[in-house]
Amino acid sequence: MRVCINPHLSSLWFPRSLDAPRRLVLAHPRTAPPDGRQLTPPPRMTVRERLREKISAAFYRHGLLCASYPVPIILFTSASILACCYPLLRLPLPGTGPVEFTTRVRDYTVPSHEPQGDLGERPDWYRGPPVAYIQPVLVKAAVSPWDSTLVPVDVFRSPLGRVFSLLEEIRNHVHDDGSGVRSLEALCLQVTDLLPGLRRMQRVLPEHGCLLVSPGNYWQNQRELFDSDPDLLKTVHQHEPKGLHTSATLRDLLFGVPVKHTGVSLYSRKRVVTYTITMVLGSYDARFLSSLRARLRQLHPSVNCSLREDHMVHVHFKEEIGMAELIPLVTTYIILFAYIYFSTRKIDMVKSKWGLALAAVVTVLSSLLMSVGLCTLFGLTPTLNGGEIFPYLVVVIGLENVLVLTKSVVSTPVDLEVKLRIAQGLSNESWSIMKNMATELCIILIGYFTLVPAIQEFCLFAVVGLVSDFFLQMFFFTTVLSIDIRRMELADLNRRLPAEAGMPLPKPGPLRPREAPPPPRPSPHTITLQTPAFRNLRLPKRLRVVYFLARTRLAQRFIMVGTVIWIGILAYTDPAGLRTYLAAQVSEQSPLGEGGAGGLPPHLGVAPVFPGPGGDPADTLSVLPAPAEPTPLPENQSQGHHGAPGEGVPLVPQISWGAEDEEGWRRLSFRHWPSLFSYYNITLAKRYISILPVIPITLHLSPREAIETRHPQDTRHPPPPSLKTNDLPADLTLYKVAALGLAAGVLLVLLLFCLYRVLCSRNYGQNGVAHGRRRRGDLPCDDYGYSPPISEISPLLLCGHSMDIECLASDGMLLASCCLAGQIRVWDTQTGDCLTVIPKHGLRRSSSSGCWEQRDGWDAVGVAEPENLGGGTEPGGGVFDEDKGYPLRRRTTPRPALFENQPDLTPLIDTNFDSQPPSHLLLTPPRNGFDFGGLVEKAYLEHEPPSPGLTASYPSPLSGPPPQRRRSLGYIQPPAPQGQETPDWESAVWAMELRGNLIAAGRSNGKLELWDAVEGSLRCSNEDGVSGITALAFLNNRIVAARLDGSLDFFTVDINKPLGLLQYRGPPGRSNMPPSPCYSSEDVISCQLTRSVQCAHQKPITVLRAAAGRVVTGSQDHTVRVYRLEDSCCLFTLQGHSGGITAIYIDQTMVLASGGQDGAICLWDVLTGSRVSHVYGHRGDVTSLVCTTSCVISSGLDDLICIWDRSTGIKLYSIQQEVGCGASLGVISESLLVTGGQGCVSFWDLNFGDLLQTVYLGQSSDGQGVRQLVVLNNAAIVCDFGSELSLVYVPAVLEKLD
Amino acid sequence: MPRLEEHCWSRSCASRVESKTFSGGNWVASRAEEMMSIVTTVLSNAYGSLHSVRAAHLIRRGLVLFTVGVVLALVLNLLQLQRNVTLFPEEVMATLFSSAWWIPPCCGTAAAVVGLLYPCIDSHLGEPHKFKREWASVMRCIAVFVGINHASAKLHFANNAQLSLTLAALSLGLWWMFDRSRSGFGLGIGTAFLATVITQLLVYNGVYQYTYPDFLYVRSWLPCIFFSGGVTVGNIGRQLAMGGVEKLHND
Repeated sequence: MRVCINPHLSSLWFPRSLDAPRRLVLAHPRTAPPDGRQLTPPPRMTVRERLREKISAAFYRHGLLCASYPVPIILFTSASILACCYPLLRLPLPGTGPVEFTTRVRDYTVPSHEPQGDLGERPDWYRGPPVAYIQPVLVKAAVSPWDSTLVPVDVFRSPLGRVFSLLEEIRNHVHDDGSGVRSLEALCLQVTDLLPGLRRMQRVLPEHGCLLVSPGNYWQNQRELFDSDPDLLKTVHQHEPKGLHTSATLRDLLFGVPVKHTGVSLYSRKRVVTYTITMVLGSYDARFLSSLRARLRQLHPSVNCSLREDHMVHVHFKEEIGMAELIPLVTTYIILFAYIYFSTRKIDMVKSKWGLALAAVVTVLSSLLMSVGLCTLFGLTPTLNGGEIFPYLVVVIGLENVLVLTKSVVSTPVDLEVKLRIAQGLSNESWSIMKNMATELCIILIGYFTLVPAIQEFCLFAVVGLVSDFFLQMFFFTTVLSIDIRRMELADLNRRLPAEAGMPLPKPGPLRPREAPPPPRPSPHTITLQTPAFRNLRLPKRLRVVYFLARTRLAQRFIMVGTVIWIGILAYTDPAGLRTYLAAQVSEQSPLGEGGAGGLPPHLGVAPVFPGPGGDPADTLSVLPAPAEPTPLPENQSQGHHGAPGEGVPLVPQISWGAEDEEGWRRLSFRHWPSLFSYYNITLAKRYISILPVIPITLHLSPREAIETRHPQDTRHPPPPSLKTNDLPADLTLYKVAALGLAAGVLLVLLLFCLYRVLCSRNYGQNGVAHGRRRRGDLPCDDYGYSPPISEISPLLLCGHSMDIECLASDGMLLASCCLAGQIRVWDTQTGDCLTVIPKHGLRRSSSSGCWEQRDGWDAVGVAEPENLGGGTEPGGGVFDEDKGYPLRRRTTPRPALFENQPDLTPLIDTNFDSQPPSHLLLTPPRNGFDFGGLVEKAYLEHEPPSPGLTASYPSPLSGPPPQRRRSLGYIQPPAPQGQETPDWESAVWAMELRGNLIAAGRSNGKLELWDAVEGSLRCSNEDGVSGITALAFLNNRIVAARLDGSLDFFTVDINKPLGLLQYRGPPGRSNMPPSPCYSSEDVISCQLTRSVQCAHQKPITVLRAAAGRVVTGSQDHTVRVYRLEDSCCLFTLQGHSGGITAIYIDQTMVLASGGQDGAICLWDVLTGSRVSHVYGHRGDVTSLVCTTSCVISSGLDDLICIWDRSTGIKLYSIQQEVGCGASLGVISESLLVTGGQGCVSFWDLNFGDLLQTVYLGQSSDGQGVRQLVVLNNAAIVCDFGSELSLVYVPAVLEKLD
Repeated sequence: MPRLEEHCWSRSCASRVESKTFSGGNWVASRAEEMMSIVTTVLSNAYGSLHSVRAAHLIRRGLVLFTVGVVLALVLNLLQLQRNVTLFPEEVMATLFSSAWWIPPCCGTAAAVVGLLYPCIDSHLGEPHKFKREWASVMRCIAVFVGINHASAKLHFANNAQLSLTLAALSLGLWWMFDRSRSGFGLGIGTAFLATVITQLLVYNGVYQYTYPDFLYVRSWLPCIFFSGGVTVGNIGRQLAMGGVEKLHND
């Protein structure tokens, strides 16, 4: 498509218009096919193009749909996400919790090491002997009947005392059958040594011999120590870790039941003490164990015990995540977050940046969840470690599409309806999105054929994730975006109204036809601040720190991070037993856990809170800590609840055995066993232990026994005060933490509030400006809350030209403009009066200018001639406009804009070609027909719109199409064939300069003319050169002309009058140039060629600037040359660019900056010729450059305006302009920048990057981009606006400056 | 691995210079002289412009790249440790700073060299790299690189051919996704080749060890890792050279 561009002259001015046709077609899929506008229409659209069109049409419709019904679509999407994620409920939670497997005790044999195929249920870790067999002996003891003379300590002292005799019993038990004598010593797991770091536990845990753990260990298993211990509770507590609990404490280990179930407390309600004697056996001997069990039962019969004793549970412990795995994992997550951060940072120009970023992340994450859910639904169970591959999945799926969508939608014209914007944005990017997705799918499918199972699984997830991500982008994200944009528009409207109401009345200009204020429009800019630190250059240091804190919200962030960490610590150390709960839930839900549930039907839904398999579900819902005896004797329990200790105490504390006692170890932390073994340097990672059925023991002690075993100090404890403290101790930590947290939070809030009041002045909050984050349309306001006064600026339109303005020149007082028709007008910059008109003579004489006659017809008809031209699309575009019935901005349809803005150009070329085909063909080498696409493209690259603020060094395309000119660049001959016969005024003005009263005009046929600006008479002309003058510089009495063939001519203007009589005029103030001599009309002026540098450059000269006695030229040959003006001597050849030079800036202070096609900007020292700095700022050509004393401002083809620090070369910030109008800019003062936009000019505060004001030049801002912008000395600017000139005074700025 | 690779890189640069000087009689002398003059001018330039902005910028870039290299070396080494490819004693942290202490610095140095080399070569070739020049893309690239390492460390492949083919495809995919420049490809290949050769030399001379000193095994995956590492570091270097004041946030 790019090849078939018309050889359209005006396309020069629209750097982006190469892309435009595509945009047009994509954006309006229902319009006529684009064949009509092509010069050589292709016979048929290819399949690819048709596909593309179809896709974009579909996207367009989809965008309309999404934006029209946002709420139903979001609901639908959420529903589908939830539906797809539903299968995830069945997955076990990822984690390192233990896995269980249950076998029957009766026919238990130690599993062999070899895997056996037939045992389907058997997990693959169930191989070989376990690390150890655990034989718990669960003891429940109570003093009965309870006597009112007993003190609280009696509840547990004597029951605990019985542990020593039990231990004795167990240790001494010997089983003797025919095969031999076995004792515990032979079977138990012999441990050798505690880890060296556990000296603290040395006295408590067994150090040598059998690993036999019981509460007796607190007293070294010696009864005497126990009896002489004055305070048992203190002994127990002194080994507890201080502060928050870790999950497996020594108390848990020794008692073998959770703390609150032990009953070892002064406030125990039930007066039943529960503890476990844990035997750790190294080898399994069924007969010994059964004899032990029988013996213990015989000694301490448990009457109502109905525990099942036929299952043993094997618990497999997964690998603990260690340092070695954690570090890479954390790194990948950090990279992932950095990726997300950098991606979402690019979201711009929306109402809520964070909201959209969140939506983007939600899109990606829920697409991943959907992918896993769908895969699970279809039977693929994930085997990969989810946490490990998750970042890679996110990275593979990526956030790019979302960003592209946002950017595309945001860059649609803002005055369109929201749904049309969404639709256009979607359809603009449809092709690339589809292409990207197809590519990614292909890559992933290739990955699927690697036949590595893990990679295949990854690819499967990624494919499903990609597809669901696409779905979510299309439905969820698009809709969210539409809502966001709608909100933004509402907010803009709301904000704009009071702002305008509060504005002071504009000063009535004397001669200015006052325009009605244009309707409020959001300004077409975004500004990105590079380093916020540069924004507060003016602030004192102290305030800077404070504002920095405020801006970056450091305090809030610290608090947030702190809270998150705190919550994390809480969850980790789980004072409320959350971890246990989760682990239990995991084991419940895992298929292996079902076996452990003892044949109960698997319950998938809600897992019990304290799951005893088969336990009463009513228990699990109670808020109280689960009572030890759930159901059997409810009446006793209720007595225990209600009776005060003095009166209604149950006389016989009932010891009952519930189902939850079968596997009491389940209530322990899942770290219980690993931490016990780890004390002896035995790891359970990837290994398993077997837990044998519990041996229940019931002990009933008589009150007399309890009293006998009392320690003298026991009676000092006060009796339990009342019931109100019943279960406080257990949950005290939680309450404490909660109270502390609340207090801390309140304190912080108060503190922050005080800080806010102290640090921020009163009007800080009243300006309504969110500091550090400015949105479009915000009132400008610096960090003090100071808003510069704003007054209405109304542009003054200078009408008179019949065609588009071509060249602009000014010396401060006068302004000369030349239009495409060749007419030169001179204006007074103060009043805006047109002083002189220098018409173009003989307009209708020659064949080459015959187009002007045609042009009139054009204006009348208003549409392009369809035949032979690319004008066909224009009617199409027009039709579309009418069809749609909404205002179509020209920016998205630049193609018609090209035709309508400058309809004159097309027939020009046409007539040229038609009327003089032979000469044309002579000049250009035989090319096939009119295919100028490549040439135009080249001209694009070579030619930039002229820099603002300085002379229009651009050749007018009037006399010949730029392709033709460019073609002839290689030749010495001038291209204009009509110059041979026609009078000299036939040739176009390519360059113009104005000094004093003299207008220097360089023509395409090489003539240099000097006109009197006031009288409009030709004073002098020089015909020494033949090659067209492409650029002029007029300094003092010298004129430098750069010609098409690369030569540079120096002229001297001589006046036959003593110099002393010269009058000077013009304000001496801010002007960069010295005041020019004013030539009066009676002087005879001659212009002589003093020196001609024939081969100044190897390639055409693109830029010519003169200041401070130097002439600087930039050329296509990548070099910049500096000449001295007086003797036209070449001082330096500056090399350093890797592309043609496109922009040069030099001023009185000898600052030289150059920008090239490579996007680089170089600063040079003109005195030494050395390069001061070199920065890359733009993607594409640098189109214009201006320097102030502190910074360099550049604009590029990428519509970006960058502001650089001049001394360091660091980019301060950049302003993103609308597409296609980033070319013109000017600096009014040190701190005021003006840029041209789409029918408007914008004023910026240079120091801060604040948009001060946007001035709309006309009522209908249709696509008239400001291409040239000249800053006059009296703080006015002149810019071209189609065929008119616009003079804008900046009174507010003046006041502020002075 | 990357530490090896870095080592090789730094070494390779040195060897390149040597090879140039040692290839002819008279020519050597002139060449050496030329070299010396170049070196001295470079040094004096560097010294003189130490205070200038560009030099500071360069040093900053180098430092960032060095950090990145060191961090990547440590992290990826831990990944390889899990596969028991490199021979280290049990204690991980002790290992990282005792037996192979020289590896992360080498790694960082080489990362700095390669990361500075890429933009340098780009500017010499006159084709500035413009493909996907943004930090998000760079982050993606790093993530994919770590992922490739992860895959090579964690996945179980049927045989070495499968491993190396998969990794080669992944590395090529990385290059195509994030680089797509000929210079990047060439430099990546060069670093991969030199790095592998030097690693092999190191292994054969006993400086460095694998648990499986199997030439085939090592050869199968090492070049791919080196290649993708080169491309990744080059990507970072280019972005740093372009980004100017922006700093790398993740490290």
